[in-house]
Amino acid sequence: MDIYLPIAALSVDVFVLLGLGGAVGFLSGVFGVGGGFLLTPFLIFIGIPPAVAVASSANQLVGASVSGVIAHWRRGNVDFHMGAVLLIGGFAGSAFGVWLFGILRRLGQVELTVSISYVALLGTLGGLMLIESTRAILRQRRPGAGRRRLHQHMWIHGLPLKMRFRRSKLYISAIVPVGLGFLVGVLSAIMGIGGGFVMVPAMIYMLGMPTSMVPGTSLLQIIFVAANVTVLQAVGNGTVDAVLALTLLVGGVLGAQLGSRFGSKLRGEQLRALLAIMVLAVAVKLARDLGVRPEDLYSVVMVGAE
Amino acid sequence: MTGRRLLPCLLLASLLSSAAATPARAQALVADLTSHLVAITTGFTGTNVVLFGATDGNGDVIVVVRGPERDLIVRRKSKVAEVWINTRQVTFLGAPSYYSLASNRPLDEIAPPAVRQLHQIGLENIRLNTETSLSPEETTEFRTALMRNQTRAGLYLPTVRQVSFLGDRLFRTTIDFPANVPTGTYLVEVFLVRDKAVVSGQTTPLVISELGIDAEVHDFADHNALAYGLIAVAMAALAGWLASLPFRHA
Repeated sequence: MDIYLPIAALSVDVFVLLGLGGAVGFLSGVFGVGGGFLLTPFLIFIGIPPAVAVASSANQLVGASVSGVIAHWRRGNVDFHMGAVLLIGGFAGSAFGVWLFGILRRLGQVELTVSISYVALLGTLGGLMLIESTRAILRQRRPGAGRRRLHQHMWIHGLPLKMRFRRSKLYISAIVPVGLGFLVGVLSAIMGIGGGFVMVPAMIYMLGMPTSMVPGTSLLQIIFVAANVTVLQAVGNGTVDAVLALTLLVGGVLGAQLGSRFGSKLRGEQLRALLAIMVLAVAVKLARDLGVRPEDLYSVVMVGAE
Repeated sequence: MTGRRLLPCLLLASLLSSAAATPARAQALVADLTSHLVAITTGFTGTNVVLFGATDGNGDVIVVVRGPERDLIVRRKSKVAEVWINTRQVTFLGAPSYYSLASNRPLDEIAPPAVRQLHQIGLENIRLNTETSLSPEETTEFRTALMRNQTRAGLYLPTVRQVSFLGDRLFRTTIDFPANVPTGTYLVEVFLVRDKAVVSGQTTPLVISELGIDAEVHDFADHNALAYGLIAVAMAALAGWLASLPFRHA
């Protein structure tokens, strides 16, 4: 059964979208990351124009994160104070990102930028995760070796404008979360992702937040950044396909519930190694596509309909 | 039958035929479509429309269908540091967004090149203007690329479809539209060709438009972008909240 997407202006099999939403939701349930970083490339693979894929992914992310935050909030695992500070950076970053995106569109370089950003980010991330999880698996086999210190002091802790975050039991410079929020905002606008997979490690290792507080707080800020990106993309670029976003959400919600049940049966390090391999596979595929001579060197696009 | 009886019969017959021929000469060609409106709704996967008509005698029929004019950008990729990047772009102004052609016999047997060029019959005869002036080589290069891409997208039909005659005066043909057909007002031009010259022509409009909820969504997104964005966010948030309800006590 085909469904016509009004903004993308093409028909797509509704079961492909539900399946895709479900698969990405499942992964996000298993691994506890948003899954947007897999959704956008897959939407592009099935023929959705990159600009529409990016903007509509941000739209579906709003729903997915609301659902996630509610679950974490019930367990009291959301630091609203930290979320608000991250958001200041997030709003500025997403506005800057949408503006940048508009320029890239006019230059005809959206596709290239989206692909290169994904290759760089997924490649780095997948690599780091693979190394980290392999080490963790090896460490488990040799018990007692290499314990982590409770607090590591870095240059970050010397910055001014210190603030106290009670829930997270932190006293750090506000510049760090604002900067982090900005970076994730830019990523969200250009790549249609929530940035959970950048945000989560950064919150743990850079900010030093307690691990239990991280997913809920990260998702909280993603709701607002993704909402901001959605509205700005709709106004500035006219590329948000709400029908696409909602169809993906229906599949995603079901997938996330199944995924979180499945995830609780797997071991953490193995899970992370699995995710790392998958992330690397997407990065390799995108990188190869960049270097492969296209079947047709020429492409046609209607003015204003990219 | 004797000659005296035959004569009035012949007279009558010739009178009748001339009476019939007089209004037909004023309109050597009539044609119409089975439908003047193609609605694109949620399940749209392409469609076809039948064109039928009559001529006032012998002659050949050519049917040209042109979609609404759009400005099209053609981009060329080249390899920069191991990566294929769009490095050159050319904008064609007012190119037909759809083009298809039908005739009852091969075109070169019906009409000489000059006639085909004049009436823009055939992909090679579509008149295209570029936004900036280009060298003839580059014009050809980008024009060919445009034709190839539009053909691959199913928007320019490379083969000439058949116009079939039923007897020597009634004709019909089918016009195919793919799922990705652009919306707007199409022009269906029917030419009657005799002795290598167009003796009559008729243009019929055909409207292709989004109808129902999709059209409203698109329209709303165009004209009230801010409200559309806010509603899209609200709907996603609502969906997320609804999704969390069944798991409240988990």
